[in-house]
Amino acid sequence: MNKVYDNKAWLLILPMLALVAFSAIIPLMTVVNYSVQDVFDANTRFFTGTEWFVQMLNDPTLQSALLRQFAFSLTVLCIQVPLGIGIALLMPKKGWQASAVLILVTLPLLIPWNVVGSIWQIFTRGDIGLMGWGLRELGYEYNITRSTVDAWGTIIIMDVWHWTPLIALLCYSGLRSIPEAYYQAARIDRASRWAVFRYIQLPKLTNVLVIGVLLRFMHSFMIYAEPFVLTGGGPGSSTTFLSQSLTTMAIGQQDLGPSAAFSLIYFLIILLVSWVFYTAIMNMQKDKEGGA
Amino acid sequence: MSQSKPTTPAEVRQRAAIEDKRKRRKSRAVPGRLRPKLLLGLYLLFVLLPIYWLMNMSFQSNTEILGGLTLWPDNFTLEHYAKIFTTETWYMGYVNSITYVVMNMVISILVALPAAYAFSRYHFIGDKHLFFWLLTNLMAPPAVFLLPYFQLYYTVGLFDTHIAVALAHCLFNIPLAIWILEGFMSSVPKEIDETAFIDGYSFPRFFVRIFIPMIRSGIGVTLFFLFMFSWVELLLASTLTSTNAQPIASVMTSTSTASGIDWGTLAAAGVLTILPGILVVYFVRNHIAKGFALGRT
Repeated sequence: MNKVYDNKAWLLILPMLALVAFSAIIPLMTVVNYSVQDVFDANTRFFTGTEWFVQMLNDPTLQSALLRQFAFSLTVLCIQVPLGIGIALLMPKKGWQASAVLILVTLPLLIPWNVVGSIWQIFTRGDIGLMGWGLRELGYEYNITRSTVDAWGTIIIMDVWHWTPLIALLCYSGLRSIPEAYYQAARIDRASRWAVFRYIQLPKLTNVLVIGVLLRFMHSFMIYAEPFVLTGGGPGSSTTFLSQSLTTMAIGQQDLGPSAAFSLIYFLIILLVSWVFYTAIMNMQKDKEGGA
Repeated sequence: MSQSKPTTPAEVRQRAAIEDKRKRRKSRAVPGRLRPKLLLGLYLLFVLLPIYWLMNMSFQSNTEILGGLTLWPDNFTLEHYAKIFTTETWYMGYVNSITYVVMNMVISILVALPAAYAFSRYHFIGDKHLFFWLLTNLMAPPAVFLLPYFQLYYTVGLFDTHIAVALAHCLFNIPLAIWILEGFMSSVPKEIDETAFIDGYSFPRFFVRIFIPMIRSGIGVTLFFLFMFSWVELLLASTLTSTNAQPIASVMTSTSTASGIDWGTLAAAGVLTILPGILVVYFVRNHIAKGFALGRT
């Protein structure tokens, strides 16, 4: 669409800007403010410069939380993206079945995040949970409060359960926008199932997949409530992800300076990865417009 | 070319026989086509099993839950639901949650509609940077804003009110709404705006009378997403409230830690948090496929 250059459009933006600025800029500046100061009480504070940042970057607990976070985000992305595409391909396209499957698949997305934790807590408990009990009956010593492997496995399965629907629905909507004529042409050419997927469906999916990967990366990087309810970050600190380390530091220990510095580092990492993605989307759209 | 249309009866019969054979071969291939359904069924089973278990538990008494594993409630009971609907902290939790979610949806959509229109129709100084800045808010981890929000809303006297949570959720919901709406609005041809202006419509009248009805389904889908992200968020909602506006999610966590866990009530409360979601997704089920592409497939 060729847009008109008109700065009066700012008037349409203003109400939104006022609201978002109130809930984004003021708090963010508070964080920046804390991150460069050492606050003793309301009247005593010292300027510390980059001291907190250096301290946080060298803090071994945070480094390990960061590594865990990256490992977790990559693992869930590697499982959810192919699985989501697969499910989208399997979903029926019309009739009451399409609606029913759509509603069922969407279901996990609409459950409050801590309830997701509770559901899996109940489901995996050894005494009252179907999965925990079932695995024990099969002879596997399943215990998420003691075994790191079990805790990690359960959190990943939980996240797959919770968020694969997002990728599946994104891909499903991408697939629905492919005209039937493309498939007819492929049938005439006797294209194999794989060729149809590779050359017709996948190219149409790239756009939604970029959005999906971006959203999934962001949300998995901010994960808090589900592991907090399910494992409480344990056993030990093996499932303590960044958000939880941060809240423990900020609310639990009241270390304003270091936690503010940590917040900013945390935010910047997400921002950096997202910026790479954003430019990728923009370039893709530019290519498309250039090609059309 | 002469083969393309049968001319003699014999030829017609021959064609019919071939066609028949082909059809029969197709019907023999049915088991192969059942496999996708089987796989999808397995996935749906995986989705539903934990939810089934939650529901199963919500209808059992606590003694039955702890007494042993039963796949189906032996003594079907509604005591946990009764407890939720008669205890004020429990049912007010739902009322509070729904109140701030609705407030947030109204605020977000009202300010996002004109903003999204501006982004989809005009170039202006700093538009690209502004759009990117908006998206960065979508990426801000709630944990980062926890403490400053607490202090900010405490200072302006909004702590423990519904509007505080509604405003806090605007942080990620307004950018999301603009992102989705912008996609839908860009698919409406610009000629419609121009024609309306030539016909003498003023901008506000055009926007409300013509433009909004045209992107109805887009607005519906946006509202669905706004509901979804405000309904599921817990960290900010529970930090900004204590008693008057406590969301159901934090009622659940606070009750479950006190003197042993009341599994039955926890399960029943969980089931009740799923219901509004089902209701909302049912309303938008026909538009959701397009909506998830955020208007840009």
